[in-house]
Amino acid sequence: MAEVSKAAQKVGLLRVLGPAHVWALGVGIVLVGEYMGWNFGVGKGGAYAALIACWFAGVLYTCVAMIDSEVTSTVAAAGGQYTQAKHIVGPLMAFNVGLYLVFAYTMLEAANAWTVGFLVQTVGGLAGHEGTLNDDPFIVLAIMFLAWLNYRGVLATLTFNLVITAFAFVAIILLFLMTAPLTAPGLLQHADLMSGQAALPYGWLGILAAMHFGLWYYLGIEGTTQAAEEVRSPARSLPFGTLAGIMTLVIAATLTWYVSVGLMPWEYLGTAGTPLFDAARLSGSSLLVWLLGIGTLFATLASANGCINDASRAWFSMGRDHYLPSWFGAVHPRYRTPYRAIIFLVPIALLFALKLPLDQIITFSILSGLLGYTFMPLNMILFRRKWPLDSIKRGYVHPFHPIPAILLLALCAVTYFAVFLGYGTQLVAMVGFYIVASLWFHLWRYRFVNRGAQFTMPWPRPKGY
Amino acid sequence: MDFWNYLEYAAWAGSALFAVLIIADWIKTDSTYSEEVLTSSREGELEAITEQHKL
Repeated sequence: MAEVSKAAQKVGLLRVLGPAHVWALGVGIVLVGEYMGWNFGVGKGGAYAALIACWFAGVLYTCVAMIDSEVTSTVAAAGGQYTQAKHIVGPLMAFNVGLYLVFAYTMLEAANAWTVGFLVQTVGGLAGHEGTLNDDPFIVLAIMFLAWLNYRGVLATLTFNLVITAFAFVAIILLFLMTAPLTAPGLLQHADLMSGQAALPYGWLGILAAMHFGLWYYLGIEGTTQAAEEVRSPARSLPFGTLAGIMTLVIAATLTWYVSVGLMPWEYLGTAGTPLFDAARLSGSSLLVWLLGIGTLFATLASANGCINDASRAWFSMGRDHYLPSWFGAVHPRYRTPYRAIIFLVPIALLFALKLPLDQIITFSILSGLLGYTFMPLNMILFRRKWPLDSIKRGYVHPFHPIPAILLLALCAVTYFAVFLGYGTQLVAMVGFYIVASLWFHLWRYRFVNRGAQFTMPWPRPKGY
Repeated sequence: MDFWNYLEYAAWAGSALFAVLIIADWIKTDSTYSEEVLTSSREGELEAITEQHKL
């Protein structure tokens, strides 16, 4: 009886999600990148450069998805890559990875909320509103509504994401089907828009410059791992949802590129704010204009929603392990959500969205993500070395190890160079920030960590230890 | 004042409503349950019971 009473007083996250929710979390965060952002790569190097960047980044993220699927199917706990780093590499790496995750997702959430405000402002202008509509209330509403949804429970949150993400994805498919040569002959003008000087306007250097924006097509798919503690069958659902997600994104990215570059010249497309919505307007179909307009809003909301979910799980996990004050490690007894982590990140997201310039927010989000991707191949190599295949049961074993890890590391190096070309100062500032944070953790914070309690997976002793 | 101006006010009101709902529940929860219960979640407990990680 004493055991039952003790168990009844414990609260933890609920295992209520299925593979579809994992898919919705990963694709939901990312799909907004198809609706806007990727096209700046066209401005950097032309249509072919954007396609090469799209597939190059597709390979990079397929490696990310495979590596994440294997490790997370074994480390079935909230925190995603933070928890992986804690178990496989060590506390300092884990602290840094946790920060990468929280900053990447919170800044992306802020950028999405800003975009919601921009969309409402644009629709207001198109609908005949005189003067400039104040976008602040819509930015705040988007963040507050999604924070409230996340606060109330993960099942409703990710079911909402599933519905709006599926809508946004189907809208892209319909755009392709209704503008393709079979249904609308002569509408797409690839031959005219992509020949001569327009093929590669800045040569091979343009391709390198476009790489930075290739990430937009897939940035955030690794967020599926944050659901690890809330899925019913982590070993099955996480690999299934993540790999289905990356396949969905490669298809959506390629269709997006194909339709957009066939309808708009690269000079315009490279600066367009909402390229898919513009493509729908050029198609001449009012149905597509509505679908892609709503799809743009839904994709933006789905991304912000997934970001709140993921950032709060990472922050919560760090609090639970005392890497941050343990106050953040609280779970709501009724809704079973990390409610204090969700609340704490709301004013930070509001501050980013209302006070900082959008391009800076996005750049810092991408840089944090890129630092996280650099950790993954090292993590994978150490994981296989410390716990070989015959030592731990895995839900998924990714093929051709260590080729994906080495490929991912090489692709990260190329992307760092591409980012350095455009945003060298921000890159150096970001690395400087993480060095200072690491010193704080090493010299002060780590003394509060209960070192034995943080390693909870019932794994055998690592090989060689 | 047109429809869009009213929509701005509605968005502010909606934001305030969600903020009040969250904060009211937060205060109620923190005053109802002990800190020990609220922070009792432990990583990997379920796995420790259901999986032994043996091949």
